[in-house]
Amino acid sequence: MDFKLTEEHKMAQQMVRDFCAKEVIPTIADWDRKQEMDPAILPRMAELGIMGINLPVKYGGQGFDYITLGLVCEELEYADTTLRVVMSVHMGLCAMSILQWGTEEQKMRFLPKLASGEHYGSFGLTEPGAGSDVAGMASTAVKDGDDYILNGEKMWISLATKAHVCLIVARTDSTADKPTSGLTAFVVELDSEGITTGDLHGKLGVRAGSTGWIAMNDVRVPASHRLGEEGEGFKIAMGSLDNGRYTVGAGATGLIRASMDASVKYAHERETFGKPIGSYQLIKQKIGRMRRDYEMARLLCLRAGWMKNEGLRNTRETSQAKWFATDASFDAANEAVQVHGAYGFSDEYPVERFLRNSKGAVIYEGTSEIHTLMQADYELGYRKDKPLRCELPAFNAEEWQAEK
Amino acid sequence: MKIIVFVKQVPDSAASVAVEDGKVTWGDAPLVINPWDEYAVEAALALTEAHGGDVVAISMGSEDAKEALKHSLAMGCAEAILINDPAFAGADSAAAARILAAAAQKVGDADLVIFGKQAIDSDTGVSAAMTARVLGWPAITLVAAIDALDADAKTIQAQRAMEEGRQVVSSKLPAVLSIVKDYGEPRYPSFMGIRKASKAEIPMWSAADLGITAPEAVVSWPEIMSPPAREIANEIIEGGSPEEIAATLADKIMAEKVL
Repeated sequence: MDFKLTEEHKMAQQMVRDFCAKEVIPTIADWDRKQEMDPAILPRMAELGIMGINLPVKYGGQGFDYITLGLVCEELEYADTTLRVVMSVHMGLCAMSILQWGTEEQKMRFLPKLASGEHYGSFGLTEPGAGSDVAGMASTAVKDGDDYILNGEKMWISLATKAHVCLIVARTDSTADKPTSGLTAFVVELDSEGITTGDLHGKLGVRAGSTGWIAMNDVRVPASHRLGEEGEGFKIAMGSLDNGRYTVGAGATGLIRASMDASVKYAHERETFGKPIGSYQLIKQKIGRMRRDYEMARLLCLRAGWMKNEGLRNTRETSQAKWFATDASFDAANEAVQVHGAYGFSDEYPVERFLRNSKGAVIYEGTSEIHTLMQADYELGYRKDKPLRCELPAFNAEEWQAEK
Repeated sequence: MKIIVFVKQVPDSAASVAVEDGKVTWGDAPLVINPWDEYAVEAALALTEAHGGDVVAISMGSEDAKEALKHSLAMGCAEAILINDPAFAGADSAAAARILAAAAQKVGDADLVIFGKQAIDSDTGVSAAMTARVLGWPAITLVAAIDALDADAKTIQAQRAMEEGRQVVSSKLPAVLSIVKDYGEPRYPSFMGIRKASKAEIPMWSAADLGITAPEAVVSWPEIMSPPAREIANEIIEGGSPEEIAATLADKIMAEKVL
């Protein structure tokens, strides 16, 4: 077993770390306070190639593997959750779904612009009345000649007002035996007639990001934009979540590290009763647990990334990584606030932002409760993963890095 | 045009440097490319982007220095070479300048040789000038901007950063430059560059490859010591008015014989 990262991994990790240190961390608290996304962030991530990090070169990507995607997410969320969220929806949920399920024509049509960041991608599954209960969605898609007509509303959509395309799941068959069998996925261009979008404000966390809604009113989508077959929407959505959850877990690992680093720094600086607070056992306990959880979360995420590289089905392992890392990141941020005492309660220090940001990830992309049930069902033998018609392609360096 | 940029692998600027058993150590702190050299690489790449040509990055040191070269390759340099020979251990600035000049001559046909303004480990800041002297080329040090470069006429005009402002200097090529921070932020390595760098085989040149014998160092360090730790105490002076506080402060300054 080899735990070493490759030189490519380490250099990509360092590059994103430097970018965050120079261009994100100095100003992120101000953007968070303003509840606005820094307008320079998305174009800059695109310019640096981050938006296409793990897509093959022939689709305009950078040709790195899935482990690099996880490492990049860890670095981005170390700076702020909102940056990792971009990669979750743009890459994990949108672009990687097209890579997995798209026809060659669809890949050539959509991926190069997503890879270059000329277009941003998003993912429209959740609705005002349907979250964990995906099959309860109300959005519809009705075949009309060579097109589909989409109606409905999607809610809690990251990059809703920034994205150019969105992978939207809607019901095409209301009479299907199982509600999940009547869903179909579409790559919808968000400048289509009948689409309106808006941002949500007043969120607990990810305030420097864009979270919103997409309303569809008789939106005409060409059949050529349908991803997969009719009725495959649920499988596609669940497959997308295998990738989105991986980015969320890897990002949460970065949030644990950020909470730990801030706590260690403060524990050295702050003195009570004539001694640095780091010398007290109850502070050591908090920091020791942060380190333990960081290592565990990181290893779970690396295993999931390795399985993706190998082309192995990883729904179970990705769920474990996402579940553990996000719960642990919430705990780490919570304890980091405690280490900082009253100062942790103020935005003079970053840890209150870490705590607010950490809460969302234990809810979205499968609540911790959903992951608990999934893991129990695997263990009890109630749940088994069946092979998919299209599996996520394994990483193949030679093929992925071949110049066009 | 062909540009050579010399880079050095140094301890991270956050490293805590200490003296142990008469030797300098930075513990297990990570080694990084000398931050000033990133500006030099940036200048070299920007010049070749504007005028055509390639950049060759060269470092002298142990195999660890390959990291600095890979960083340079990932930023966009076309080629990287490591100068590595046990006989070069202990080289001082003058000896290093002779070795670097020999490397520049072996590469051949360089229009420019570029350095960062200094290395953050030894902080001498003399390599550009000394290497230029050995090569017999003009040196333009502390360059903050390059106003003009004519690759055909082999001329360059640059602005030197001075305490009082900027000094505009013209020179014939080939020349040696050192670059300061004002030149502009260095680019990050590109992902494509990282892929290329991680696969690169970096050639190593020994004294024999350079056709020289190791130059003798003229500077030696008979003793290295850590400066004694300074005792610092803070005191906040309180008083009913600014005048009262200022008067107390003045008394304390006089009592401590600061003035």
